[in-house]
Amino acid sequence: MNIIVCVKQIPDPETPSASFRVDEAAKKVIPAQGIAPVVNPYDPQATEAALRLKDAAGGGKITVISLGPETARDAIKHALAMGADEGVLITDPALDGIDNFQTAVALAKAIEKVGEFDLILMGRASADWDMGVVPTGVSQILGVPVVTLAKAIEANGATLKVDRVLDDGFQQVEVNTPAVISISNEFGEPRYPQLRQIMLAAKKTVQVWSAADLGLGADETGSANRWLPLEALYVPKVESNVEIIEGDTPEEKARNLALKLRAAKLI
Amino acid sequence: MAGILVIAEANEGGIAPISQELLGAARQLADAGAGPVTAFIAGTEAQAKELVAYGADSAIAATNGALASGTTDAYLPAVEAAIAQSGADIVLLGQTSLGRDLGPALAFKNKTAVAMDCVELHVEGGRLHAVRSAYGGNARAKVSFRAPLQIVTVKAKSFDALPADAGRSGAVSAIDAAGESRVKVLGTSKPESTGIKLEEAPVVVSGGRGLGDPSAFAMLEQLASLLKGATGASRAACDLGWYPPSQQVGLTGKTVSPGLYIAVAISGASQHMAGMAGSKNIVAINKDADANMVKVSKFAIVDDYKKIIPALIEEIKKLA
Repeated sequence: MNIIVCVKQIPDPETPSASFRVDEAAKKVIPAQGIAPVVNPYDPQATEAALRLKDAAGGGKITVISLGPETARDAIKHALAMGADEGVLITDPALDGIDNFQTAVALAKAIEKVGEFDLILMGRASADWDMGVVPTGVSQILGVPVVTLAKAIEANGATLKVDRVLDDGFQQVEVNTPAVISISNEFGEPRYPQLRQIMLAAKKTVQVWSAADLGLGADETGSANRWLPLEALYVPKVESNVEIIEGDTPEEKARNLALKLRAAKLI
Repeated sequence: MAGILVIAEANEGGIAPISQELLGAARQLADAGAGPVTAFIAGTEAQAKELVAYGADSAIAATNGALASGTTDAYLPAVEAAIAQSGADIVLLGQTSLGRDLGPALAFKNKTAVAMDCVELHVEGGRLHAVRSAYGGNARAKVSFRAPLQIVTVKAKSFDALPADAGRSGAVSAIDAAGESRVKVLGTSKPESTGIKLEEAPVVVSGGRGLGDPSAFAMLEQLASLLKGATGASRAACDLGWYPPSQQVGLTGKTVSPGLYIAVAISGASQHMAGMAGSKNIVAINKDADANMVKVSKFAIVDDYKKIIPALIEEIKKLA
């Protein structure tokens, strides 16, 4: 089974809120000093799903694609260290500041360039913009079905049984390959790369493609051509109404809190 | 502006609360000059009539039984027929299982964008502007649309529903269109309930890396059980192996919205906030008065949790 996994590198969601800054004029997040970007936390689950499906099928190839700056190579390396076979990095200054919709177009072109695939897997969303539109977008552009928020996938030849997460429960669906599936965080823990695999990953190929390599036109790239123009990006004012519970001793503070909670009928 | 199409949904109790809220939002946009409000529902004409009572100027019932599957493939032709019939250039959906799939599919099919999970909608210069949360709640983004058709999904509880007014009048019509689904629904199930589930607990007591010691969770469990609640943990604490991943609250864990959320030694990074920001009342116990969690709390104690939690347990016992 040939599987394509799309991964993204994002600012670390563990960044303390106090270190989070926005350049309102440039409508961009200012990278927090000393905090390296990370693999989008949902994406290792997509790689994990790909590895399990490849194992169950008894063979195939897993290609990891990431669109981003040169540093996004680390997100690809992480997937390769987990066991994926090859990587493709799409990087180009022309792709700086593009939105999720332009990203879906670029990824779809990259997937067509990679060639034959049975399955395209992605995390449920990227935790920075949290739109969750790229899996459906790629499926629409490529004309293949999509199943979102999968928590388990069972392949039987070209037929997949997928358990997916709904707002109020679960659903089981059947879909034929080729298809796009987004993986929910309920899928289960992704494996940790072992040292030997990390060393093997260093020898795996990562191709680098530009916007021109994908045949993207000038009207498809750049922040000026966003489908969803960004009018403003700002840090919302946190209206802090916190009441700090005082007291001379920890016991007194605890007592005052208990009384406040009781008065507010919260306990 | 040409008008608004609201994609409504029904559940066992009737028109879903989110759909009532969408109609409230649509009325606000209509008042700002966005044009008439047409509502769409996969169901009966009687249900469509209810949408008029909640604020629609007219309503369309998509009566084809194939839409009951809820798949995007089945819905798309019916929704596109409703867009054509109403002439709407704004489509509002709920951020629900349906809206999360249908919004992007409708957008990409029509070469336009969808803004997901929006909390504010404005009409500016004859166009729709939408505000949504980004970076785990650390930032807000205001977006517009390049193409004529403007699609948004709306976060629950962002707009007020209007009271149902059976006296409101509006045309009701039916559409029979439906697509053939490439995704076959085999069945649905509700989550099994054993004990107090984290997501459903009225009180959640969570601990983070700041606890410094996995054995501290015993203390938090004691407090949670006293309050008939559940115990959670931040990702950092789970990654350290201090608490089971099934109890992780946050972006990559569970989303909770209890009446009372007690955050012990959790700084409040967006990873964690994404899972509990909907809590009705937050209490922070933290050594750092500047921690984000303290700022967003209703009550906070700035002190060492090792002294506070045992004392709090004793004080709550006294009140019982």
